[in-house]
Amino acid sequence: MTVLTKPAQAAKGQSRISIAGVELELFERGQGAPMLYLHGGGGIGLDLPFLDLLAKDRRVVAPSHPGFGQSSLPDWLDCIDDIAHIYLELMDRVGLTRTDLVGFSIGGWIAADLATKVPERISRLVLIGPVGVKTGRSDKLDVFAMPREKLDRLRFHDPAKNPVDLASLPDEELQTVARNSETLALLTWEPYMHNPKLKHRLHRVTAPTLFLRGASDGIVSAEYLERYAALLPQARIETIAQAGHLPHVEQRETTAAKVLKFLSP
Amino acid sequence: MKAWHFSENAYPYLPPADEYESIRVSLPNRIYDPGKGAALYDRYIDEWLVAEDEGVEIMLNEHHQTATCVDPAAPLVLAALARLTSKARLLILGNPVANRRQPVRVAEEMAMVDILSKGRLECGFVRGVPYEVLPANSNPVRMNERQWEAMDLIVKAWTSHDGPVSHEGRFFHHRNINIWPRPFQQPHPPIWVSTTTPGGAGRVGARGYVQATFLTGYKGTPAIYDSYRKGWRDAGRGEDVPVNRLAYARCSMPPRARRRRAPAPRSSSGT
Repeated sequence: MTVLTKPAQAAKGQSRISIAGVELELFERGQGAPMLYLHGGGGIGLDLPFLDLLAKDRRVVAPSHPGFGQSSLPDWLDCIDDIAHIYLELMDRVGLTRTDLVGFSIGGWIAADLATKVPERISRLVLIGPVGVKTGRSDKLDVFAMPREKLDRLRFHDPAKNPVDLASLPDEELQTVARNSETLALLTWEPYMHNPKLKHRLHRVTAPTLFLRGASDGIVSAEYLERYAALLPQARIETIAQAGHLPHVEQRETTAAKVLKFLSP
Repeated sequence: MKAWHFSENAYPYLPPADEYESIRVSLPNRIYDPGKGAALYDRYIDEWLVAEDEGVEIMLNEHHQTATCVDPAAPLVLAALARLTSKARLLILGNPVANRRQPVRVAEEMAMVDILSKGRLECGFVRGVPYEVLPANSNPVRMNERQWEAMDLIVKAWTSHDGPVSHEGRFFHHRNINIWPRPFQQPHPPIWVSTTTPGGAGRVGARGYVQATFLTGYKGTPAIYDSYRKGWRDAGRGEDVPVNRLAYARCSMPPRARRRRAPAPRSSSGT
């Protein structure tokens, strides 16, 4: 999960949709076979150029999760499962009868959850540096308890090229960054970054699944991803060189090419 | 006006400051010597007893995983003081109820202390400073909402006397609330709530609880008290807001050090 990334800005293809009392900010790009894209813990802002690459061949539908970006957060909502249910309704409302599904970090968690709920509606599934299950030892890493510099060293292959400079952000965008972090804590604080039930449900997933991981990812380890992938019936893993936790930001073209190739075999 | 003696029960026998990363949360407890710690409890409790002898009331607080305040279960020390003292009011400021999973258990602990002390408890509730969420593994989001629901649940537990009642809230659920013992003071012990912002003070004023504040200094404190008074008046409690509802906690240090740390507020250093 990214904790601090650039927040969503008003951009082309941005609209709003109201679902179960949640005002969702929705980005829709491109035409073609549909793809639902689910962002990570830092919000959708840094992902937009990546979505533009995917949208050259595809219809991309990408919501800001409740409590992220410009999407509202109702009092009752406090877990990933709640968001997955919102997105079941979103899929109905925007005509995603059957769709490819791509999720990054906690978006990968939501995507995996969705794929257990309606496996028949997911064609192919891509999980980029996903969290959401606990497969090994208890976690010693706590992204909420470490200084930002240390977190950036774990997140980026090249921390010097961190695309976000908090000091230069205007107050309004900083507020969104802070709100994104707050919602991330609400959703993932306990149990930390996972739902103990999910690993017992992943056998339901029928879609061929690609796990992608940046080779330098200091947050999602290779061993973790191997054990995660082993829980899905049809999964394989690919690694992206010179990238950390955000391969779609640090190696945008390579990551987009791998995703599109997998989705259109 | 009342004055209260407050000690954080600090553990001072630490290695040089450059040999550890933080004095809070992550400082290994191998540094804590149980023998020295026991002697420190003797000393701090003796100090509270001296305070009582001098006509000063007693206040204690709670922090976790820190050498700055080795009192992670303040109700235990409160219970000891309830038996060792006989006159002083006993203020706990306070119970970190947003970080406690069972508010009804807190209601039971406080009722017991009130009985043990024969009605000398002043019961404070605090949200807790940010680094307290790690020892408690407490979600840092919606803490204010949890704190208020917990306080209301505790008051309900203290004041329901006709068999089990239920609570179905946003954060807490209880089907059979019927605490034994119930508090000594009726309808319940005085309640204190701490805040450092005007936003929280209005709600405390509306309930008529004691408003405690600290570290808000000469500029911040009047705004908090004004917000409290507005909440009090808006709730129809009358135009006159008793001054004994407003408390300020500050450090007692040599005069020069005190001036450097924080100027004394206009209001008193007690209630």
